[in-house]
Amino acid sequence: MRAVLAEDLFLLRDGLVRLLESYDIEVVTAVDNGPALLRALVEEKPDVAVVDVRLPPSFTDEGLRAALEARRQVPGLPVLVLSQYVEQLYARELLADGSGGIGYLLKDRVFDPDEFIDAVRRVAGGGTALDPEVVSRLFAKDVHREGPLSRLTPREKEVLSLMAEGRSNAAIAERLVITERAVIKHTSNVFAKLDLPPSEADNRRVLAVLAYLR
Amino acid sequence: MKLNPGVRAVAGGLPVVGLALAEVVVFSLFLTGVSLIGIGIGVLLVPVLAAAVRATADASRGMARKWGGVEIASPYPPEPAFSPGLKGRWEHTQWILSDPATWRDLTWMLINPLAGVTLALLPVTLVVGGLGGVLMPLIYEPISDNGGNWYLWVEITDLSSAWYASALGVLTVVGGLLVAPAAQRWYAGLAGTFLAPTRTAERMRHLTETRTDAVNTSAAELRRIERDLHDGAQARLVALGMNLSVAERLLAKDPEAVRNILADTRKASAAALTELRDLVRGIHPPVLADRGLADAVRALALDSPLDVTVNADLPGRAEAPVESAMYFAVAESLTNAAKHASPTHVTIDLWYEDGVLRGQIADDGNGGADPSRGTGLRGIERRLAAFDGVLAVHSKAGAGTTLTMELPCELS
Repeated sequence: MRAVLAEDLFLLRDGLVRLLESYDIEVVTAVDNGPALLRALVEEKPDVAVVDVRLPPSFTDEGLRAALEARRQVPGLPVLVLSQYVEQLYARELLADGSGGIGYLLKDRVFDPDEFIDAVRRVAGGGTALDPEVVSRLFAKDVHREGPLSRLTPREKEVLSLMAEGRSNAAIAERLVITERAVIKHTSNVFAKLDLPPSEADNRRVLAVLAYLR
Repeated sequence: MKLNPGVRAVAGGLPVVGLALAEVVVFSLFLTGVSLIGIGIGVLLVPVLAAAVRATADASRGMARKWGGVEIASPYPPEPAFSPGLKGRWEHTQWILSDPATWRDLTWMLINPLAGVTLALLPVTLVVGGLGGVLMPLIYEPISDNGGNWYLWVEITDLSSAWYASALGVLTVVGGLLVAPAAQRWYAGLAGTFLAPTRTAERMRHLTETRTDAVNTSAAELRRIERDLHDGAQARLVALGMNLSVAERLLAKDPEAVRNILADTRKASAAALTELRDLVRGIHPPVLADRGLADAVRALALDSPLDVTVNADLPGRAEAPVESAMYFAVAESLTNAAKHASPTHVTIDLWYEDGVLRGQIADDGNGGADPSRGTGLRGIERRLAAFDGVLAVHSKAGAGTTLTMELPCELS
C-alpha cells in the first residue's frame, strides 16, 4: 500500500513514517506544508493520504483544505485527516461528497497502533473512520432533543456508534464480544427503529446513519 | 392653553435664588483659597473648598433635574489615591485645579446668579406683578387719592383706568404662566452647557470603566487557566512520570505489572490531551483561528444541543480580538438559551453594516430575560463594552428572547 503523509512537526512525521512502514505501508512522500501536500496528492495518487489538519504556511486548516481540493481533482482519493481537535463542521465537509474513503480522527488515536492502522486500511479501502468523539457529539444532540435515539436499547446504541465510526459487522462483533449474527440482528433493529432503509455496504450504511443524525 | 404645568413651573424656580446666593459665597471663598496657595494655606483650603464647589454644583444639577426636568450626569472623574500628609494635600490641590470640570463649575457659579436667577424670577415677577394689576379695581382708591401712580404705562387715576390695568394684569399673569416652561427649558439647557460632562470627560470615564472591566476579566481568565493547568494537565504529567519510574523499577521483576502500568499511563496521557484540548477551545477556538467568525459560529451551532440556524453575511474578517469577543458573546448567549429558555429553535444572524459588526440571537423560548439580574447577560455586556460594543435585550415572558450585539470595527 502506498501512502502520502503530511505533518509539520518533524518528530511526529518521523514517528508516523516508522509506524506506517512497520505495518507494511510504504510512505512514498512525506511533506510538511499545504501546497506541497496538494502537489504530492495529485501527482502520486496514493492509496491513502494521512494528513494533519493544521499545516504551514498559514497554520490554519491548510491540510484539510488541501485534502478537499485534492479530492475534487482526484474523486474518491482516500484521505485520513488527523487533528488535535475534532469539529463536526470539518467532519461534514469531508463527508459532503458522499463518495467514502474518508477518515477523521484525533491525533491521540495514534497511541493505539493496531486501531490506527485498522482505520488507515479501512479508509484506503473506500470505507469511513470517524472519531468516536465526533460520533458521541452527534448522539448528544439527538439525546438532548429526546429524538428517536432514546428508543434504542443501550446495546443498540453501542452498535450504532460503532457503525457510525465506520466499522464492519465483523469488527463490531469482535469489539462487543458477540456473534456477527447478533450484530446483524441489532443493526436491523436500529434501522427499523430509525426508519432507515436497510443497507449492507458499510460505507452507505455510515452515510445513512450520519445523514440521519444531522 | 395649558396653564397647569405653568403654575408649577413658576414657583419651582424660586430655590434658584437661594442657590445663586450660596454660589456667590462659595465662588469667592474658592478664589480666595486659590490666591492663598502662594503662602501655603491655600493648599489646605482648596481641597475642602473644592468639595463645597462640587456640592453646590451638584445642587444646581439637582435643580436642573427637579425644575428643568433634565438629568445632568456628574462630570467628576473618580478621585485617585493621594499620598498621606501635606504632599497629598498638594497633589489633591493640583488634581482639583487641573480638572476642567472645576473651572466649568466656577464659570457656572458666575452665570447662574445672573442668567439663572433672571430665568427663574421672570415668571414669578410676571405672575406676582400681574396679580397686582388684576386687583387694581379693588385697591385703586388710596393710589389715585395720593396723586396717582403708574401701572406699566397706565396712570391709575380712577376706576376705569384701574379696570384697564386689571386687563393688562390678566395678560401679564397669563404671559408669566406661558413663559415659565420656556424658562425651565432654557435654565436646563444653560445648566447642561456648563455642568454636564464634556464629551472628552464622558469618553474618559467610559474608557476607564471598560478598561478596568477588561483587565479584571482577563486576570480572572488567566487565573482560571492557571488553575486548570495546575490541577489538570500538570498533575497528570507528574502522575505519568511517577508511573513510568515505577514501571522502570519493576521491569526486571514483574513484566506483567509493568504492562498494566503502561496501559494506565497511556490512558492518563490521553486524558491529559483531552483536558488541554478543552482548555485551548476555551481560550481561542481552533475553528475561529482557522476560518473566522462565520464558520466558528456554525461549528458552535453544530455542537449546541439546540436546533440552530446560522445566517452569516460577512464580507471580510475583523481583528482577532473583536472576532473573539463576538464569538464568545454568541457562545454565551447560546449556552444561556440552552440553560434557561428551552427553545425549540434558535436563529443566529451575523452581518456587517455601516462599520458595525452585528450579531443577533433569537430564540422562541420562555423569554423574560432580565439584563439587570442575569450575570450571564452582564458578562456579555462587559465583553462587548471593552470594544465599544453594546448589547440590546428584547425579552418578554413567554415570547422568546432576542439579543442584538454590535461591535464597531473594520473588516479586512
